[in-house]
Amino acid sequence: MERIDVVIVGGGLGGLACAYCLAKEGIQVLVLERGDHPGSKNVTGGRIYLRPLKPFLPELLDEAPLERLVTKEAITMMGDGSSFTLQFTSEKFREETPHSYTILRSRFDKWFGERVMDRGGFVVPQRRVTELLKEDGRVVGVVSEGEEIPADVVIIADGALSLFAQKAGLRGPLPPRNAAVGIKEVVKLQPEVIEERFGLKPGEGMAHLFFGSITHGAFGGGFLYTNSDTISLGLVIGIESFLKTQPPTETHRLLEEFKEREEVAHFIRGGELVEYSAHLIPEGGRTLLSRPYGDGILVVGDAAGFALNMGITVRGMEFALASGCMAAQAVKRAKETGDFSASSLAYYEDLLRESFILQDMETFRDSLEVVENPRLFNFYPRWLCNILEEIFWIGEGPKEKISSTLWRGIKEGIFNIAGLKDVWRFRRI
Amino acid sequence: MNIVVLVKQVPDSEAMVQVREGGSAVEVEDKYTLNFFDSLAVEEALRIKEQVGSGKVTVVTLGTQKSVEALRTGVAMGADEAVLLDDPALIGGDEYVTAKALAQAIKNMEYDLILCGREAFDDSSGAVGPLVAEFLGIPHITVAVKIEVSSEQRTVTVEREVEGGKEILKAPLPVLLSAQKGLNEPRVPPITGVMKAMRTEIKRLDLAALDLPATEAGVAGAKQEVLRYHRPPERPPVKIVEGEVPDAVRELVKLLKEEAKVI
Repeated sequence: MERIDVVIVGGGLGGLACAYCLAKEGIQVLVLERGDHPGSKNVTGGRIYLRPLKPFLPELLDEAPLERLVTKEAITMMGDGSSFTLQFTSEKFREETPHSYTILRSRFDKWFGERVMDRGGFVVPQRRVTELLKEDGRVVGVVSEGEEIPADVVIIADGALSLFAQKAGLRGPLPPRNAAVGIKEVVKLQPEVIEERFGLKPGEGMAHLFFGSITHGAFGGGFLYTNSDTISLGLVIGIESFLKTQPPTETHRLLEEFKEREEVAHFIRGGELVEYSAHLIPEGGRTLLSRPYGDGILVVGDAAGFALNMGITVRGMEFALASGCMAAQAVKRAKETGDFSASSLAYYEDLLRESFILQDMETFRDSLEVVENPRLFNFYPRWLCNILEEIFWIGEGPKEKISSTLWRGIKEGIFNIAGLKDVWRFRRI
Repeated sequence: MNIVVLVKQVPDSEAMVQVREGGSAVEVEDKYTLNFFDSLAVEEALRIKEQVGSGKVTVVTLGTQKSVEALRTGVAMGADEAVLLDDPALIGGDEYVTAKALAQAIKNMEYDLILCGREAFDDSSGAVGPLVAEFLGIPHITVAVKIEVSSEQRTVTVEREVEGGKEILKAPLPVLLSAQKGLNEPRVPPITGVMKAMRTEIKRLDLAALDLPATEAGVAGAKQEVLRYHRPPERPPVKIVEGEVPDAVRELVKLLKEEAKVI
């Protein structure tokens, strides 16, 4: 086969964004995707934040098949039989450049792949890349089940475990501490039912996070997002911390328990389960990569470990899309000089540094250490729920002053060594 | 050696198929693939072309935009040209009108051999191929498991499966042959082939190009109509035999003998 400009391993958001930007510039690009179509193997909770992406993919996002504009945010702290919910809404979420949409990746990625094809890129599904093609230590293409595909640049976009970034010697394996498992169900409901249950205007949606006793003390939490005519709900659980859970349990049991909680059950009642999926999630924190480039090779998205768990918001998709576009810029520049060596492609890292990706990852580099604190999952939610229970409870005997209940609670929860240590740690987020 | 291959895009074996309320039609999940037997026919055409060393392979289908995928798969495997019989008036017909339209299209092509699958996975009628041969006035041999072409003598020798054995037939070109499982192992299209197929222009023929009156096409020209689709009978519920093991085994044996009647 003749040498082509760029071959991309993996048709997820990073790979497709890169392909889209390259094809727009008239650069030959081939995306090889293992699944039946782009998106067939991809999972998100999920929601996507549009504003960081606007400079990279301005026209694309206006017509994308997104689900609902998120105008309501909620967080629920789950005690054993009690819970406390914070809900927030703001007109600001409805501004001209919308803030965030719920998204179903199977639909979105498939559509995105078609847009790449419209622009002249090739997206070939059901193809597994088996090896990197190397010459004198440089990457010069890929091998797909025996077929050699020579290319000037190979973009590695093969997701969280990224076997190819490892094969290229750019990173090690994903340690269990930096990985979470996401399990998710999609439940079908009429759009009007969704709007009524969540108190939403047509086309608008809610993002709801849960944490506390639902993960049995493991690092993680629950999520629930309203799509056009479905609800996505599930759990994200830190793998290392889950392995230490006592007594040991299974993730699917936790999901069943989560769905049975009345706080969740009433949202999905009468709905039909239409999809069940699970996926590995890199939790970010300190970067896994020594560098995201090499001779003839760039790494984007989850493969490069571009993801961030900031506690309340978990981000990965914007990082994947934006890093794909930046990789395309670096390839375009390299093509102008005909130099695809590591020193030329290093421009990609310069772009990442100037962008929100590496800056956010730097700002929140310690966030994982803060949010994986087990007390956040097994102590505080129960503690807060117990205080509230006491405040709202009217028993047979005389009632204590509310201020006394609160003060006692605060003393028990925060004014002790463990509590103060946690407060002190929070400054790092 | 110019070879025409008849292909069809059919529901994937994994696709969910549901009978619509009232039985008037079936609803198929959006998962389609090139009919398996047709992929054998494409493979055989490519091998014959390679062996003879000249000519071209043309894949032909009748259908909607969705059918283009069957043609693209054929091109990705190595076919040279692709033709879609594309007219709303052609849709909804039976085997008779489908074969008639295909024959009209092939009549104007140069061909020495026509290959097709033994039947389509979706309706399993296996009638279109032989009907095309009849409309063209050429011989046909079905369920071929081995094909040898002699381009000098302009003949084919074909092994076909018959109950309990094989039958070996010889026929003059042009001839229509239908492919049976065992004929060959169809190749997986190379990535370069898939890329080429994505850019290949599909030649489209409408009723006028086929020189077919509307009364002899699609629903209007069909000789038969589907009255009703039925669901396959539902499986009886699983019965779990409980109790102490010796009693349960006795009960199970009794059920296998009397109810399931398998022992």
